[in-house]
Amino acid sequence: MMPDNLLSALFPEGHMLSLGAENTFSGRAKSGGREVEVLGISGGTPLGPETAIILAGRVLGIVKSGSKAPIVFLIDTASQRMTRRDEMLGLNEYLAHLAKSIMLAGFEGHRTISVLYGTAAAGALIATALATQTMIAVDGAHPSVMDLPSIARVTKLSLDILTEKAKKTPVFAPGVEPLAATGAVTEIWSLSDGHCNERLSALLADEVTDGADIRDLLGASRGGRKVAAEVAKRVQEAFLQTIVSEKAR
Amino acid sequence: MIPENIMNEPSWYESSARARINGLLDAGSFSEILGPQDKIMSPHLALFDLPPAFDDGMIIGRGLIDGRPVAVAAQEGQFMGGTFAEVSGAKLVGLLRSVASAAGTSQAVSTVVLLLDTGGVRLQEANAGEMAVSETIRAVLDVRRAGVPVVALIGGRAGAFGGGGLVTACCSHIVISEQGRISVSGPEVIETNKGVEEFDSHDRALVWRITGGRSRVLLGGADSYVKGDISSFRQTAAQARNSAPSLSLETLEREQERLEQRLSSYGDCRDTPEIWTLAGLPTPDKIADLTEDEFISLLAKGGRRHDAR
Amino acid sequence: MEKFTIHTQAKAVLRGKSSNAFTGVVASGNLEILFERKDNSLDVTVEVMTASHGYQAVWEAVIKDFVDRTSPGGVHIAIHDNGARPDTVLLRLMQGARLMGAQS
Repeated sequence: MMPDNLLSALFPEGHMLSLGAENTFSGRAKSGGREVEVLGISGGTPLGPETAIILAGRVLGIVKSGSKAPIVFLIDTASQRMTRRDEMLGLNEYLAHLAKSIMLAGFEGHRTISVLYGTAAAGALIATALATQTMIAVDGAHPSVMDLPSIARVTKLSLDILTEKAKKTPVFAPGVEPLAATGAVTEIWSLSDGHCNERLSALLADEVTDGADIRDLLGASRGGRKVAAEVAKRVQEAFLQTIVSEKAR
Repeated sequence: MIPENIMNEPSWYESSARARINGLLDAGSFSEILGPQDKIMSPHLALFDLPPAFDDGMIIGRGLIDGRPVAVAAQEGQFMGGTFAEVSGAKLVGLLRSVASAAGTSQAVSTVVLLLDTGGVRLQEANAGEMAVSETIRAVLDVRRAGVPVVALIGGRAGAFGGGGLVTACCSHIVISEQGRISVSGPEVIETNKGVEEFDSHDRALVWRITGGRSRVLLGGADSYVKGDISSFRQTAAQARNSAPSLSLETLEREQERLEQRLSSYGDCRDTPEIWTLAGLPTPDKIADLTEDEFISLLAKGGRRHDAR
Repeated sequence: MEKFTIHTQAKAVLRGKSSNAFTGVVASGNLEILFERKDNSLDVTVEVMTASHGYQAVWEAVIKDFVDRTSPGGVHIAIHDNGARPDTVLLRLMQGARLMGAQS
């Protein structure tokens, strides 16, 4: 199933995509006059080894081609697929391999952007959208780590109490806004405003040069992760001091 | 009176994260970074009326293994399940970033050793924990690109679940013991979501056949298998850096091939003995019954070593 | 969770040179303790955070016993407890005092 509304909003200049196995699709599109690689997953498909390996193979093929074309990932998955068989086969390796492949593309000079237009949760969110340099949420996006009823079960709190606590902090609640506050989602777009294509081509033109991971800084400035960036910075300062004391010994 | 030799050879599984670090590193060489006295604690647990820990269950620092400088991080699996959270995650990410930027300088370390012991993301701070996992993966890859191997040691009570399973598979080399478990969704989570007929989390033999150290190393999900004492982990960690693959297109292409091959060979199997039968292992039904020495010699004969990770 | 601070006096300043010491884990039925040397006074402060409610009197008794045994004057002690039994608490306190007494 192809997300036609999304595609026409993002790529009014045209696109050539074909459906692949396991609810994946891939191909090329034009954005701001330049050629971009597009690949995606549709239908809220839980991420199993088959889907992950297809997407990773496609990413590695793009990297190998040497084109350095930007890659846009359109994501509507679910959680990782939860079966005994998938875990037996090492689902962790398949998901990690997909995350590594997407990050490698970024290291190798491809601008990587994910557009979340459906659900993505837990390990599947880490392996797909969170592995790109920039994550965009559009209509229908629902990122999460775990749904509140499941969190309620694990934390042994009632759903009412948990819902109440979720109003006080974005740190655990599911959804676009709380995840944006922690720095996961860079921008939130509305498909109906008619500007998604311009926004996308502006992002694609905005080369990520030094490639540093600044999501913790974004989380600090938005107030959803107030201490992570500061703690990581303190560690880096202390690391250098630790070396001095080792030498002094 | 406990005999001296047993006191000095404690099990990895039973030990605290700090005891593991002490046993892993050269005596007295550990310099902790942001230790308990710095009181960098989770700001989120109070909302849930839970006591914090002075180190947030993440112990990081520098030390020596056989005289070579290493960076080390250990999760305390007994505190909040060793979970990735805002502070615990930022400590790990900060350490990895330090190593990547110090690579090639006089301040460089030879290896990063990750003593993972985790149920995954801490649900009380789920979004921060999820981001910590993603940032950790990113930082692990940066360290590997800088030419420094990242070695994961898996054998704690909490295993390496959820995001911890993904972080593990992003490392250059994975050392595991029989007690070690690696998985994404834990057996309890699968049982809760899909029913007991899908995965009976109370069937311990089944849990270990699916997620345990012997199955992982036989299938290629771990690279070295050790007996569960701290000194075995130490010896293997000291050597592991020598066989660590770099992070490159070529490595990932080989991993792609390796994982495709696994799926096409064993994708129809429902339990590991079926895999071992197809793989031609002797006594495919009795892998769990082998002694440690028997299993290690089986691995030496029939193990499929690879550097595609 | 319950929080309270116990102020008491020791007979002597705690021996040893370590400025701080740490022991334990906030595991179920266990606790962690951070000792910090503040000054050369006889004051002892113990800051307790515990997951178990209603045991302040027991904590006061255990800490009195500990202070009688070790005379930890000039020390601030911070405890994070996850339901440890009194004997475990005393054991950890004694461990902490021993670490403070070790050569630094």
